Amino acid sequence: MPATQLPYVPSSVRRPGEPFAMTGEGKPTGFTLSAEDRRVVEALRHGDETVFLALVERYYATMRRLAAVYVDDPAVVEDVVQDAWLGALQGIHRFEGRSSFKTWLLRILTNIAKTRAQRERRSIAFSNLVSDDVEGDEPAVAPERFLTSGRWVGHWAAAPASWATVEDRLAAIETQTYVAQAIQTLSPHQRQVIILRDIEGLNADEVCNILGLTETNQRVLLHRARSKVRRVLEQFINAA
Amino acid sequence: MTEELSCQELVELVTEYLEGALPPGDVERFETHLAGCRGCRNYLEQMRHTIQVVGHLTEDHVAPEAKETLLATFRGWKRGETPPSPA
Ligand SMILES: [Zn+2]
Repeated sequence: MPATQLPYVPSSVRRPGEPFAMTGEGKPTGFTLSAEDRRVVEALRHGDETVFLALVERYYATMRRLAAVYVDDPAVVEDVVQDAWLGALQGIHRFEGRSSFKTWLLRILTNIAKTRAQRERRSIAFSNLVSDDVEGDEPAVAPERFLTSGRWVGHWAAAPASWATVEDRLAAIETQTYVAQAIQTLSPHQRQVIILRDIEGLNADEVCNILGLTETNQRVLLHRARSKVRRVLEQFINAA
Repeated sequence: MTEELSCQELVELVTEYLEGALPPGDVERFETHLAGCRGCRNYLEQMRHTIQVVGHLTEDHVAPEAKETLLATFRGWKRGETPPSPA
């Protein structure tokens, strides 16, 4: 990003020293837009191509992964990413800075992907509700791994091993491929949450905001997703 | 819940523990159990490794054609054109 770029500040909107708000209707949310996001939004509004391309690059993998939860044709995934950027550009003048730019962008993407999935009628079991995905029994670890009777009931029958000695293997490329495949087998809601939390490093609040989840549901989905990936990883490590 | 945790119960609390969402009393029970149980310490360590492995999944880069299309979209938007809505 060119350091000399003068920020474009509509004078009717913001006076020096005022907290960042892009329109008069911004309600206090306790959220403060970062200086970088502020620069980015101003640059986009100003039509800064360098900044735009840097953002495209930065969020590309995230956007594709998230879109791929809804639509499975790679060409459609690409369309969704393109449409999300168009939507973001068209809406950039209305961006109010109530969430981070990334959260805002991914929410646009999610909405477009959902609509597209409905249109394609191949919404990959997305008709199922979050509630179906957080209710019911889905133990983190197979019940057979625990003792079922005696004084130590509920304690490990087959305890997990330390992975301290297999760190090289954990970092190996084939492990990554295997884990990526394991993520594909998660339910769509679980997949979204683990992608955003653990691959993209968003925090719980941001993920609740993007996906419209309650704090508890977000955590249950994350728990189930991580637990399943661990199980798969354990099988993979033990099979070596 | 004043009783001791079993391993089977502990594994279901791992995410809440890592998220800092466990009430203080439960944190204490969780950590007391961990202190006396190697299996659960290994389990927690495996969970941390899992999060790390997932976090290192490789990023894909923008294909040049995709970049060009996006740039065209951007330039069109800048000129105030509304591109044809995709089929
Ligand atoms: Zn234990």
